[in-house]
Amino acid sequence: MNIHEFQAKQLFAQFGVPVPRGKEIKNPKAAAKWAAALNSPVYVVKAQIHAGGRGKAGGVKITKNQAEVSGLAQELIGKKLVTHQTGPKGRKVRRLLIEEGAGIAKELYLSILVDRDSGRPVFIASTEGGMEIEEVAAKTPEKVIKELIDPAVGFQGYNGRKLAFGLGLPTLEPAVLNPFIVMLGNLYRLFMEKNASMVEINPLVITTDKKLVALDGKVSFDDNGLFKHADVQAMRDLHEEEPLEIEASKNNLNYVKLDGNIGCMVNGAGLAMATMDVIKLAGSWPANFLDVGGGATKETVAAGFRILLKDRNVKGIFINIFGGIVRCERIAHGVIDAAKEVGLKLPVVVRLQGTNAEEGRKLLLESGLKVDVATDLWEAAQKIVAMTGKKRKKTAVA
Amino acid sequence: MAILVDKNTRVVVQGITGKEGSFHATQCKAYGTQVVAGVTPGKAGQEVEGIPVFNTVRDAVAKTQCDTSLIFVPPPFAADAILEAADAGIKLVICITEGIPVNDMVKVKRALKTQDVRLIGPNCPGIITAEETKIGIMPGFIHKRGRVGVMSRSGTLTYEAVNQLTNLGLGETTCVGIGGDPVNGTGFIDLLPLFEKDPETEAIVMIGEIGGDAEERAAAYIKQHVRKPVIGFIAGITAPPGRRMGHAGAIITGGKGTAVEKMAALEAAGVRVVRNPAEIGNTVKTALGR
Repeated sequence: MNIHEFQAKQLFAQFGVPVPRGKEIKNPKAAAKWAAALNSPVYVVKAQIHAGGRGKAGGVKITKNQAEVSGLAQELIGKKLVTHQTGPKGRKVRRLLIEEGAGIAKELYLSILVDRDSGRPVFIASTEGGMEIEEVAAKTPEKVIKELIDPAVGFQGYNGRKLAFGLGLPTLEPAVLNPFIVMLGNLYRLFMEKNASMVEINPLVITTDKKLVALDGKVSFDDNGLFKHADVQAMRDLHEEEPLEIEASKNNLNYVKLDGNIGCMVNGAGLAMATMDVIKLAGSWPANFLDVGGGATKETVAAGFRILLKDRNVKGIFINIFGGIVRCERIAHGVIDAAKEVGLKLPVVVRLQGTNAEEGRKLLLESGLKVDVATDLWEAAQKIVAMTGKKRKKTAVA
Repeated sequence: MAILVDKNTRVVVQGITGKEGSFHATQCKAYGTQVVAGVTPGKAGQEVEGIPVFNTVRDAVAKTQCDTSLIFVPPPFAADAILEAADAGIKLVICITEGIPVNDMVKVKRALKTQDVRLIGPNCPGIITAEETKIGIMPGFIHKRGRVGVMSRSGTLTYEAVNQLTNLGLGETTCVGIGGDPVNGTGFIDLLPLFEKDPETEAIVMIGEIGGDAEERAAAYIKQHVRKPVIGFIAGITAPPGRRMGHAGAIITGGKGTAVEKMAALEAAGVRVVRNPAEIGNTVKTALGR
């Protein structure tokens, strides 16, 4: 789960990581009022959407004139921002973060996440703040430093010193050396205690008055850890999520919307990905990823059907079930019920394999529905592509 | 032969009185597995299909000499269950549970490092040595004893591959699901030497997916140390970056962990990479030359 910048900064403040004074603002009137209260030499008005690249897309405005703040808020609220992460449709701005500006002497990069290789938390830091870290890593890998943390003992002073001296902080600004190390410890606590999957500060700035400030903040959470944190769950913003994905999550289905035209419904995440891949090999493109899970029932299949059919790009449906614990005849019942319920008009290919597959196929063939039944994966993929016509992926989403 | 588990393996099922635990304990037993004990705190003295239930893993080990644990404990308590098994002297812990917080697994992995124990999973279908012992949730009937070792980050996609191998008359030795989580126990790289050494295994099927670099590291190992033919499939060539595809570990981050990169690394190491998942079985057949 992702949260907004203003929420990330609230968490930073809570854990003792310095942030600019700022506030979430939803309308120009509140913006004017807050600007007066802030009374700063520089005001920064930042659109709050769950996507990077806001600055380049015109989503961040800076002014020295307090009177201009409400006008800038007016301009941004309701605007559609198109960044390299939003896709061509863009994202509507519903809230702003208005904060004081900072006098920047130096910009750094800092993040923490789990290093999959070692299975340990790792800090990543660089003197090249404000740039995409992937770009820095590709062009100048020597400027990216990493420090693994031993989870048995947690963050230690030496971890902090290695990072601080690695960045050359004593030369850059000796006054921030100790605050930096304290800040790393606080970030580690935030990361572990809140079950974050990533905390990123880019840029982390050293100000002209020799202070450290998190000028931007991004925090994402491990969905599996959310049950421990009601406060984090309350930060979820459904406006930032795909409506069909919200509906799927309510039904305990794993759904990711894509932009092809063959809807697919599969049991198991790996097989679901492989099914998408085989659709591409057969000459078309999947409309979605949908894993109905190892314990798929009639009900989950019906819910999956409804979600697939709400996507207007879907021109045909491919159901691929490998029955293990799930019995194929139950899935067949689910397909038949759901198809009758929604008055199915699109071509459907159902491929059943594994436990009670024969029985499931028989049920489908005798149901009177216009469904094509297959046993082989490749044969099934070719069938559904032939029925819907070959079509390439329309647009690329970065 | 085969690897890790055989007919002598003595299994304790943690979480045996739950719906999943009791169902699968029964299924494993029916397959021929020695399921000798179950653990559910507070339910000692009960039986599940004739399997005695204990309060702690330590009690189960003392009374039944079990050496392998199969875990069905719900996510909030699963990390604890893994550590309990290790503490009780269990040598092989197989955790089926999906949805364990990553930071819990970070601590578990660190704790297990200092102990003589192997963890498989979590978020995996388990292990099966064909027609000998099944310690997991896979459908037993699709497996036939044969020549191919299988290791995979996925569940149903593994069944797909196994089914192809069985239908072609190739059969399997041991199939290991290593799980779909970003932080797990045993990896491809740990299983490769075991399959390479096993005289019964003639070829190795490796099913990877997007996210992380387990496949790249396996590729480096294969190039140096593996002489048996390896057949690889990587799921997720159509997966968009930055999105989690079902498995917690299946995500392309910062342009890293793509299917294309993984396939290239494996091909460079001499692995036969299959593009079409329907062709896994046939590719193994060709590799074995019969």
